[in-house]
Amino acid sequence: MATFNLNINGETKEIDVDPSTPMLWVLRDHIKLVGTKYGCGIAQCGACTIHLGDNAVRSCQLPVSAVGEQEITTIEGLSENGDHPVQKAWLEIDVPQCGYCQAGQIMTASALLKRNPHPSDTEIETAMNGNICRCGTYTRIKKAVKTAAES
Amino acid sequence: MASIKTKIGRRAFIKNTSLASGGLVLGFSFLNSCKPKQVAEMAVQEMPKEWFEINGYLKIGDNGLVTILSPNPEIGQNVRTSMPMIVADELEIDWKDVLVEQAPLNTDLYSWQVAGGSRSISSSWQSLRMAGATARQMLKEAAAKAWQVPVGEISAVAGKLTHEVSGNSAGYGDMASAASQIAVPEEVDLKERSEFSIIGTSRKNVDGRKIVTGQPLFGLDVQREGMLIATLAHPPAFGMQLKSFDADSAKQMPGIKDVFSLKIYDDDFKRSAFHHTAFNEVIVVLGESTWQVMQAKKALKVEWENAPEVSVGMSMFGNEMKVNFPAGLENSTNHRLKMEELNARKGKVVRKDGNPEAAFKNASKVIERSYSAPFLAHNTMEPMNFFANVTDDHAELLGPTQTPEWMEPAIAERLGLPIEKVDIMMTRQGGGFGRRLYGHFMVEVAAISQKVKAPVKLVYSREDDMSQGIYRPSYYATYRAALDADNNLTALHVKTGGIPESPLFANRFPAGALDNYLAEDWTIESNITTGAFRAPRSNFIAGAEQSFLDEVAEAAGKDPIELRLELLKRAQENPVGERNDYDAARYAGVLELVKEKSNWESGNQGMNRGVSAYFCHDSYVAQVLDIAMEKDKPVVQKVTTAIDCGIVINPDAATNLAEGGVVDGIGHAMYSAITFKDGAPEQKNFDKYRLIRHSEAPKSIETHFVQNDIDPTGLGEPPFPPIMGALANALYKATGQRHYHQPFITEKQVLG
Ligand code: FES
Ligand code: FES
Repeated sequence: MATFNLNINGETKEIDVDPSTPMLWVLRDHIKLVGTKYGCGIAQCGACTIHLGDNAVRSCQLPVSAVGEQEITTIEGLSENGDHPVQKAWLEIDVPQCGYCQAGQIMTASALLKRNPHPSDTEIETAMNGNICRCGTYTRIKKAVKTAAES
Repeated sequence: MASIKTKIGRRAFIKNTSLASGGLVLGFSFLNSCKPKQVAEMAVQEMPKEWFEINGYLKIGDNGLVTILSPNPEIGQNVRTSMPMIVADELEIDWKDVLVEQAPLNTDLYSWQVAGGSRSISSSWQSLRMAGATARQMLKEAAAKAWQVPVGEISAVAGKLTHEVSGNSAGYGDMASAASQIAVPEEVDLKERSEFSIIGTSRKNVDGRKIVTGQPLFGLDVQREGMLIATLAHPPAFGMQLKSFDADSAKQMPGIKDVFSLKIYDDDFKRSAFHHTAFNEVIVVLGESTWQVMQAKKALKVEWENAPEVSVGMSMFGNEMKVNFPAGLENSTNHRLKMEELNARKGKVVRKDGNPEAAFKNASKVIERSYSAPFLAHNTMEPMNFFANVTDDHAELLGPTQTPEWMEPAIAERLGLPIEKVDIMMTRQGGGFGRRLYGHFMVEVAAISQKVKAPVKLVYSREDDMSQGIYRPSYYATYRAALDADNNLTALHVKTGGIPESPLFANRFPAGALDNYLAEDWTIESNITTGAFRAPRSNFIAGAEQSFLDEVAEAAGKDPIELRLELLKRAQENPVGERNDYDAARYAGVLELVKEKSNWESGNQGMNRGVSAYFCHDSYVAQVLDIAMEKDKPVVQKVTTAIDCGIVINPDAATNLAEGGVVDGIGHAMYSAITFKDGAPEQKNFDKYRLIRHSEAPKSIETHFVQNDIDPTGLGEPPFPPIMGALANALYKATGQRHYHQPFITEKQVLG
């Protein structure tokens, strides 16, 4: 066990966990931010995507000890009132079916748009390819990413 | 207006129970904190000071806000929006004044609280309408009493009661208290279809905002004071069982509370097929956090041994049967050989029309093709999990299940509690696809909680989930067609089977359209457990049949849509046999619609086009799939879908579901398989088990619904099976190669 001071969604959180614990479980079990989802635990599905600084990362593969001072943003902290352009586009297109993968999709999409505000279809596909949607909402996700890019 | 007796209603509607407020708040207390905010954002007035329960489906606040309870499990089919829409329409309330809550399991109040067979809407269509209409009538009666006017002169529109002659008017909130005291009417008027104002209009997912902001909604998100996390170790292969284990080092690990073995059912336990599990004895690792129990599980030293053959007594919808699970460690290569061997023999004749033998003997051309599909894992995005808090005299369960009402008796029996002491509440569910029809995990977590006397959340890792069984069965089929000298189809023969079930629907099209028809099947026992997977059996046989018809059309020199329409015309005008279980006119209707909407007749437009059509779950679907070659790779550009599922409640959400079916079908036909070596599944996570991804999905999907006034039929499953045929047929056009064996990727074509 070791103590870590983490910067999560603009707040400092002190936690005491094993240094190898992935951020996914630190967020879900210790900080009780459960918007970040578990899907595979091996960086294959993208359900656990969070932002480390400006980058979308798989939190299931990010040990808490590797975070240091870097800022972490989770789906709960993406915007104050759920009004990030990507969240708004998701609601407008009514993307979710079961909804389980969508936090990860939104975190990947918002990181993409930050670094590339007007991605082409191929760029969207490439960026989003690591995020599985078992319900098959891919065409709506693409539409929503484009809608967000236009706003 | 159509009058309807509230016969069901009198039994179903229990007035002023504390259920809606009491049971729900308890079960979902972790959601309460976000309620006021959500309401504020919906731009609705303040939360009411008091709620008045009108019947088991709805309560009305003193300020006119209405809470509608959605009875069925929400697995992504969007019933949590569409079911309340039906109630709200009959109630005559503005949709913006509606709040939705998940109803707990209550078999006295609700019918068919099951997410299965695409029946959520169709089986509750009448009761949901009746719930809304009954409440509307009671509000009217309350107003009539207050104003001393005849009830027939009162109108109810958008949450407002009006008596024009006297000039009286009041909101539902004003009359809610009085209405809750009115006796349930014997008979109520349902709206005419033309009067619907919510049904048939697109409404956004009621959980949308919570989903995109990451609020706790799912089973895995449940948190409780003092809750422990459990994970299970099950045998690594089907045909194996626990011999012994050493948990000394696992128990020493941080956060670990206990490690023990658990028997799920006693040998004589009366179970249904929905209760079964392949692994009746497992090792439980119990601890403080998920990561800790997952790590400790890796430190277990376990000896597994070969299991004997077992025969389990099961009931399935009232039928008692013995199901045999043979001993041995099975392999996919042997499975394939066995299926080919059985398919080469005579099967069990399920239907025979005319004289197929003679027709084949006299044929001038015979086409014979074989098809197969592997086992599949459901792989709901949210793995299996459940929460239980069992005390001496009560059990509370909370989590994702498609069959709370079928699991409740097994849980009660396993715990030794009377059934009324078991309360089951459903969370939103991260996918179902049939997997959560089988709730052994609910029995497991309840038994663990009872043993350790603590609230427990059971969590399956992806690997546990994918290696636990309940797979889509593996299937094999051979189709034969006889053509005469004029290229008329004179006979069709299908022989099919699977491990462990046959996918045959002997009375579906093209049965009834042919003078000579033969359908046979067979099955092979296995110790690998299987279960219903989105459109069970149809999910293989549709693709096989529709690919075969494409080859028949080609051999006959006919357009594939025209060939089907000709057969359907025959089935409609002069059907063969009595037991045909489809409506040929509606079948032809979706083909006509897809033909029009895909501009089928204006040529291929540079695309390689495949068509397919199928009937299941009382609905009809036809699809055209377009492929373009990009750098020698076939890429699915567009899918056009035509659906006849009767009245569509929420068109945009229904479209979403149909799009999902298309993507799901292409993905599974193309990429996915579970294979076995020495009883062990060779794919346990998404590194080896391939699911369709963004770049492989169609570039666009267009969905069209047949407009009619038929009561709603299934939608969750029907768009899924036929697309596999359309895909195979379009791939053939694009590459010249026919596809017979799923996943097609193993047949050396790659979708871009
Ligand atoms: S849970 Fe991290 S990528 Fe799947
Ligand atoms: S919406 Fe269900 S997994 Fe994406």
